[in-house]
Amino acid sequence: MTLKALAQSLGITLKYLFSKPVTVPYPDAPVALMPRFHGRHVLTRHPNGLEKCIGCSLCAAACPAYAIYVEPAENDPEHPVSAGERYAKVYEINMLRCIFCGLCEEACPTGAIVLGYDFEMADYQYSDLIYGKEDMLVDVVGTKPQRREAKMTGKAVKPGYVVPYVRPELEGFKAPTEGGKR
Amino acid sequence: MNYPLDPYWMAALKALLVVVGLLTAFAFMTLIERRLLARFQIRMGPNRVGPLGLFQPIADAIKSIFKEDLVVERADKVIFVLAPLIGVVFALLAFGAIPFGPPGSFFGFQPWVLNLDLGLLYLFAVSEMAIYGIFLAGWASGSKYSLLGSLRSSASLISYELGLGIALLSPVLLVGSLNLNDIVNWQQEHGWLALYAFPAFLVYMIAALAEAARTPFDLPEAEQELVGGYHTEYSSIKWALFQMTEYIHFITASALIPTLFLGGWTMPFWNVPYLWMFLKIAFFLFFFIWIRATWFRLRYDQLLRFGWGFLFPVALVWFLVTALVVALDLPRSYLLYLSLATLLVLLGAVMYSPKPVRKGGGA
Repeated sequence: MTLKALAQSLGITLKYLFSKPVTVPYPDAPVALMPRFHGRHVLTRHPNGLEKCIGCSLCAAACPAYAIYVEPAENDPEHPVSAGERYAKVYEINMLRCIFCGLCEEACPTGAIVLGYDFEMADYQYSDLIYGKEDMLVDVVGTKPQRREAKMTGKAVKPGYVVPYVRPELEGFKAPTEGGKR
Repeated sequence: MNYPLDPYWMAALKALLVVVGLLTAFAFMTLIERRLLARFQIRMGPNRVGPLGLFQPIADAIKSIFKEDLVVERADKVIFVLAPLIGVVFALLAFGAIPFGPPGSFFGFQPWVLNLDLGLLYLFAVSEMAIYGIFLAGWASGSKYSLLGSLRSSASLISYELGLGIALLSPVLLVGSLNLNDIVNWQQEHGWLALYAFPAFLVYMIAALAEAARTPFDLPEAEQELVGGYHTEYSSIKWALFQMTEYIHFITASALIPTLFLGGWTMPFWNVPYLWMFLKIAFFLFFFIWIRATWFRLRYDQLLRFGWGFLFPVALVWFLVTALVVALDLPRSYLLYLSLATLLVLLGAVMYSPKPVRKGGGA
């Protein structure tokens, strides 16, 4: 340890004093997430508006945490819900069990279920943590508690993240991108 | 030098002002230090209470008053309660002697509380008495860690205090007075004492760090080894009193260094008394926080060796040189040249970096 080293160390800390803190003041400022972050699932649609999910239950079979429940039903040929023969009448994911591993996404033959970005899912009741189709289809913004709060306050859902870009698998999903409009 | 005395009510008012000012400064220094340390570590620091976290001290005060006040079963009850009070009282006493401006500049009154001919001696005595607070706290706690912390503080006191005391003798010899006003006036006339007694200035600055138990020498607390040292067993407001003591020492040291060595409230150019004093205090407060953010804590024996083996001899040699110049009535400018020479030696030591010696085997 020399005097020179001591003097240099003072210089280093002084440099840090004038640099921007690395802290993300999270609830006030959004967290920067990676484009392939594993968050709340999104059930995507084809460009013509039909659901991609065909109710095959492969996701449920692949799920290591047994978090997914799918109940299929036949499509009405006049007014189809999905692009296949059948569609998911009930599609539920238990967010308390889910480990966000993404195996459901890998197992899905139609790319219907994709892991999105929402992560603020903390809630008070078990029943509120079971997400159905109405909570996961692409047009849904935010998680259940976020949407509940938005409904109570009358303000728009404020997501706690930004991503550099939305990955193509999540087509149609609207997420705040960096530099873009939040 | 004799200045007209203030009426008693004014002296009392100023004493109250000093106490209230110091306590407010303490409260906000905790915030400033935390914010600055955080920025040194590229964090943000406390910013949640009020705008910019400015109400944090108030929240802290409320918290420490309403926390449970424990008195340990094995403690010596009376001394346990008395120790923080001793510490804080003696810490508060020291500040009054420091002049903040020319005589009569405080609304027609004197800008100091005490104008003692023994000023320096008084300061020295009172600020060392505060060690009793620390020592008695450790002793009365009935805990090993506290005792170790207080032992450390008394042992380090002996080792740095020699250097500190003797470093103070050089300016006293040059000025020929212990009165802080005389010291400041002398500096206004002849130039800053740091120029005449650079080694003494350096030694005093280092020893002041040790006296305030600031980071390179914060052994009595040593969070990692002693769980807080002497205040391990203290909680609630008593603990806050120890923090208060520490910070008031810190502020007093930052005010004393400029008063003794850097011209006090005077400045060779654009002389605005109060402003320069506050700026100089602020600079030293910042400097000490900067050091805390950068350097490591010395080991116990390293501090003792440093105190006895470096601070003491350097201060002693410089004291003898000053005494020689004063006794033979040589021109005081000799001291200026010698100070400059030691500054150059110091700069050389900073520039010089020997190749690291690799210990053990290897080619």
